[in-house]
Amino acid sequence: MYRWLLCFRYLRTRYIALASIISVTLGVATLVIVNSVMSGFAAEMHDRLHGLAGDIVIDCHATGGLPDPEGHLAEIKRICGDEIIGSSVSVSVPAMLGIEFRGQQIGRHVNMIGLDPETYNSVSDFGKYLMHPENQQNATFDLRDGGYAPGREELADAGWKHRRHWVHVKRLQDKIRAQEEALKPQAPQSQEAIDAAQGPTFGAALSPSFAAADAPPVIPNPLSNDSTGTLQATLDPMEDQFPGIILGISTCSVRARDADGNVIDHFYAQPGDDVRLMFPSASDNTKVLNKTFTVVDLYESKMSEYDSMFAFVPLKELQDARGMIDPQTGVRSVTTIQLKLAAGANLDAVRDKIRDRFPPELFAYNVQTWRDMQGPLLSAVQLETTILNILLFLIIAVAGFGILATFFMIVVEKTRDIGTLKALGASGRGISSIFVSYGVLLGFVGSGAGLVGGLLFVQNINEIAGVIEVMTGQEVFDPTIYYFDTIPTIVRPLTLVWVTLGAVGIAVLASVLPAMRAARMHPVQALRFE
Amino acid sequence: MIHSTAPDQIVLSARGLRRTYHKDKLAVPVLRGVDLDVETGKVTALVGRSGSGKSTLMHLLATLDRPDQGEIYFQGKRIDNASRSQRDRYRNADVGIIFQFYHLLPELSAIENVIAPAMIGRSMWNYLGQRRQLQQRAEAMLDRVGLLHRAKHRPSEMSGGEMQRVAIARALMTDPKLLLADEPTGNLDTETGVDILKLLSELNADDNLSILMITHDDEIAASADVCLRMQDGLLSGKTVPRRAA
Repeated sequence: MYRWLLCFRYLRTRYIALASIISVTLGVATLVIVNSVMSGFAAEMHDRLHGLAGDIVIDCHATGGLPDPEGHLAEIKRICGDEIIGSSVSVSVPAMLGIEFRGQQIGRHVNMIGLDPETYNSVSDFGKYLMHPENQQNATFDLRDGGYAPGREELADAGWKHRRHWVHVKRLQDKIRAQEEALKPQAPQSQEAIDAAQGPTFGAALSPSFAAADAPPVIPNPLSNDSTGTLQATLDPMEDQFPGIILGISTCSVRARDADGNVIDHFYAQPGDDVRLMFPSASDNTKVLNKTFTVVDLYESKMSEYDSMFAFVPLKELQDARGMIDPQTGVRSVTTIQLKLAAGANLDAVRDKIRDRFPPELFAYNVQTWRDMQGPLLSAVQLETTILNILLFLIIAVAGFGILATFFMIVVEKTRDIGTLKALGASGRGISSIFVSYGVLLGFVGSGAGLVGGLLFVQNINEIAGVIEVMTGQEVFDPTIYYFDTIPTIVRPLTLVWVTLGAVGIAVLASVLPAMRAARMHPVQALRFE
Repeated sequence: MIHSTAPDQIVLSARGLRRTYHKDKLAVPVLRGVDLDVETGKVTALVGRSGSGKSTLMHLLATLDRPDQGEIYFQGKRIDNASRSQRDRYRNADVGIIFQFYHLLPELSAIENVIAPAMIGRSMWNYLGQRRQLQQRAEAMLDRVGLLHRAKHRPSEMSGGEMQRVAIARALMTDPKLLLADEPTGNLDTETGVDILKLLSELNADDNLSILMITHDDEIAASADVCLRMQDGLLSGKTVPRRAA
């Protein structure tokens, strides 16, 4: 009992010892913060990355894809049995996206994916990242009336309203132009025709009054009449749409800050606009295909690689356009099969089974789990976390040496008391336990304070980032760079337990040596100590 | 005569105690064969000049140090070669020790200092179970030395005489058979010293407490029941000054 009484008294009367554990407190707080942020970051990224692909992805590298996906799926189900609870097939091709923006042609390299929204949603979080609330529930490739992205002012008019508006503006423009043409003398008109034939740039044709219009008028490129001219002739853009396309949000927008520092997206195309895609056909003699689509929604996973690369179209449209249907049998081909496995299934085992059935020596298939696909990124985050943990524990270890030195001082200072206690019949073990208990207590106080401080910091991390921003004028967490608007954090109780135990353990280890010295002190010499 | 005293009347005895300190290669014999008997219920004074070895003898008798040679018996049981935990228990419960410099624990209040030996001698649960009785006993001990009103005071807030009284209360806490006092008045002015000595002889008279007291003051020694004189590491004489005369 006396050991607890004494070590509590020492705790209350020896503030120098408290100073020595401030470094423990800081170390623990930093560990809590870093681990929470890192695991928040990793979990968010895991979620995002996993949401983009099924558990297992079979990619066929042949341009024509793999024929008869139903047969493949039946075979895979035969091998893997009940572990597969969902599947989806898709066609993925590199493509060139062309967007008209104020008379200019914007070209973007995209990864065009033909998919069936229903089955695709069953293997990945595709719908979740769409803008329209109803598409999030039940994705379609039909343009909706409006109501895209509630809360996003830039997309307030998106949908049929926007489409009718720009079609109307375009028709007016065409009319005005036709009138101007009719009024113009013959010679300059021919010059105009030459200019028009030279390039697609219509920038000069836009008067400032058009630029000030509330929706940017989109003027179709003359090229658009080339391949889909027949289709366009039969389609009234006021009432109808081309096949739907869902664009990754960064393929058709740029993100910037206005003068007040608010993040603003500028859209080149929004739901309701028409865009064109150029992509290779599936035939052996590959040709470039050119097809017009109507943007029906935008896809925002907040993973910039994906948002700036994906363009989703209906599977059937893409298969038809690329000629991925066997003319004799009518069997369709796909390039990608995605599988969803039952919860708790061993991804690697299933992957290996499928790999054994379709060995890479014979098939141009690449069978991967989603972890394989994201391996470098995930392991980089893991490595970073590990290294940070080691470094921060070294900080606490340094704090341990501070405790060691302080404790030696306290033991020397308490020499006479140690002698007194021995004279009163205290055992060596009892005396050493005073100092070890003291170390335990200090460790708990230090790491407890660190824990509380760290958790408070984590809880208010975004507010703190804001305050630091105001104070330094430096952006701490720039949402234009990172995938997230706010700093994600996850507090894992097990991590807290480990951090606390580690810190207390170091404090105890640091107090053992001085405690042993105290225990071994000769009582007579201790009593005589001046 | 010492040797005619019945064994149950001897609380502590030593036979042939030798202790030599070594400084580098130089051996300094401090005790050179001391035979000693402390009679039950008597105040025994041990006088001698500084350096005569009386403090060393005291430390050996309190088992704070071990003799090179010789034996120490407490109530007929040999304790100098007992196990560590037995010696701890002996110091804790069988003898009470008071020092010239009081040696109170500065972090604890007077009453906590008095309870400390009871805490040391018990496990935590045992102590918590008996806390109330022990608290009462500590208060009684403080009352006995006349310092109950200062129970909550720290040693730094007390005078030397008061601190020595607290130290005596502490020594009495575990109801020892023998009080070992190492120059209890050596650091006090004469008047206060006389008060402390009065207290000790009261304890001796009222509770039949055996006391072995080291002093270099012949006057104090003269007031004891038995006076042992020490010189150059040997007991050189025994007188029966006052009450026995």
